[in-house]
Amino acid sequence: MSQVYVVGYDGSPSSQRALDFTLELAAESGGSIVLAHVLAWSPYSFLTQEELAERHVRKQEELARAESAVIKPVVEQLAGRGVTVDSVIRYGNIADTLCEIAGEKQAAQIIIGRNGDAGVVARIFGSVASAMAQGAPIPCTIIP
Amino acid sequence: MMKRPNTLSTLLLVLVSLLFSHAALAQEAAGLDATINNMVGPVVAPFVNTIFYSVPVFGVSFPLIVMWLVVAASVFTIYFGFIQFRAFGHAIALVSGKYSDPNDAGEVSHFQALATALSGTVGLGNIAGVAVAVSIGGPGATFWMIMAGLLGMASKFTECTLGVKYRNEYADGTVSGGPMYYLTKGLAEQNRAALGKVLAILFAIFCILGSWGGGNMFQANQAHAQLVNITGGADSFLSGNGWITGLVLAGIVFAVIIGGLKSIAQVTEKVVPFMAVLYVGTALVIIIMNADRIGWAFGQILSGAFTGLGIAGGLVGALIQGFKRAAFSNEAGVGSAAIAHSAVRTKEPITEGYVSLLEPFIDTVVICTMTALVIVITGMLNVDPATGLYVWNGEAGRIATEGSLTGVELTSAAFGSSFSFFPYVLAIAVVLFAFSTMISWSYYGVKAWTYLFGEGKTSEVTYKVLFCIFVVIGAAMNLGAVIDFSDAAIFAMALPNIIGLYLLMPVVKREMQSYVRKLKSGEIRRYQ
Repeated sequence: MSQVYVVGYDGSPSSQRALDFTLELAAESGGSIVLAHVLAWSPYSFLTQEELAERHVRKQEELARAESAVIKPVVEQLAGRGVTVDSVIRYGNIADTLCEIAGEKQAAQIIIGRNGDAGVVARIFGSVASAMAQGAPIPCTIIP
Repeated sequence: MMKRPNTLSTLLLVLVSLLFSHAALAQEAAGLDATINNMVGPVVAPFVNTIFYSVPVFGVSFPLIVMWLVVAASVFTIYFGFIQFRAFGHAIALVSGKYSDPNDAGEVSHFQALATALSGTVGLGNIAGVAVAVSIGGPGATFWMIMAGLLGMASKFTECTLGVKYRNEYADGTVSGGPMYYLTKGLAEQNRAALGKVLAILFAIFCILGSWGGGNMFQANQAHAQLVNITGGADSFLSGNGWITGLVLAGIVFAVIIGGLKSIAQVTEKVVPFMAVLYVGTALVIIIMNADRIGWAFGQILSGAFTGLGIAGGLVGALIQGFKRAAFSNEAGVGSAAIAHSAVRTKEPITEGYVSLLEPFIDTVVICTMTALVIVITGMLNVDPATGLYVWNGEAGRIATEGSLTGVELTSAAFGSSFSFFPYVLAIAVVLFAFSTMISWSYYGVKAWTYLFGEGKTSEVTYKVLFCIFVVIGAAMNLGAVIDFSDAAIFAMALPNIIGLYLLMPVVKREMQSYVRKLKSGEIRRYQ
């Protein structure tokens, strides 16, 4: 059975580095790649009345934008590379959702980039990378 | 925010010039306040008198509208078999997302619908309204307020279920719900289309008035009172110059609802829940600090509820004040919540009904009770040491208080007696609560307005400009006239709404039975 690698991808330079690393990994082992794009979302955030009324439309728009601007260009670019690429776009807590996706795809490894941002907020609440390092159920590679 | 530097800088310029030119204008302004007062007062009086038509009960005049709300809440409580107690646990499970489909992530959750609806209702009613109730009706009013809150949970349950069930989902994906829609669509299903239409139109008219009254003028008025209070009371440059507060508030409201400056609304939306928690937390600390008086305070509340403790009106007086202020604070049966709750993503409308019954609980049973307890426990109401009864200030028509305070100032003084800095925190909280309530009500008002006059940019802007004008009027008028009109306009909404709820409650019952069946059969399951 070929290995499945889940890579957290949001179009940023660090996620691009994570993808490049995953491509090498997949090429070596003949594995397949799952591009996971998670839109940060909490069901416990506070919205205004107008945002509530428009939420459903906004979700459709955000999904369409994520598909056309983030995922589609990469999938097209990788089409000729001989590697199987699958993609998932989902809402949720980024670290939790990445782990969920990895579980569903029975992935062998999760690969994410880190943006090197160690600001006050990240120090207090932790970053996605540190949450993954501590909480991932399977091996997780963090690309600097 | 960055995209609109012009709006912001203009606003700032207006603010600064207002603050510096106040001295020159002060003379003229005092006259302006009085003029606005004299103009608006007589216009609203007939409306207020009609809505608050009262009958004498044991020598006290009892407004029929309060009876209307309480009877409805009791009918729904019995009809749905004390749903507020039976479904309380399930409501909490729904809010915490235990039944939310993970595929619906990114859509409006039960928690979000509840939080937004709460930020529209938690406001001055909880702070100022309760102080008015306790100073007129005595501590016993608290007991009746809690009763009204508990009963009101059933009214909310009914109206919010209908709000989601009969909402409009437009081609562009936005949703619009509320009494206008369930009255029209729901009653049409029962071959009562004409009645439904009439009720819906009446509701929409009253909702617009309510959005200008309780949802706007009352808020502006009390926010102003607070600002005067903390900037030096009678010596404050704002004293008697309500139009200044009014213009500033109107400017910010204008920037948000017309200028589309969403960031202000978003910030408020995040700060308000924090303020509410801080308020309840401080109240708890004050109550604990006075632990030796807790038993006495509850004794006052209970005995006051049934004997009146020598307060004019006795039992009935306490009951009317408690019911009235509870209804004004949690808006159960009024129909506004049905608009607020209708955007949630759910396959079962009844789930939002369950969630909404937590709203009067949090608003009235928890927050209002905290305010009342703090006022009673800190001894703000003067007691005659000889008789142990409250001292009645016949001239003001309420219990004598330190410095004859009432409304938000009484609450502020009660909190201030334990924490001297708290009036400042409270003032910020009041202004924020007032602001978030205004933004919520401007949304309800727009929905009612577009229901009557059709969707469209011009139509919406017309309403919103009028809304901003009422902010200024509200801040300038004296409390009596504003509070009367505010109450009347909001209670008027309950007339058509509750008629509709009586006719449509079998629909809610069917929804409830089908949901309970699905829950038992496992068709609806927990995801967590």
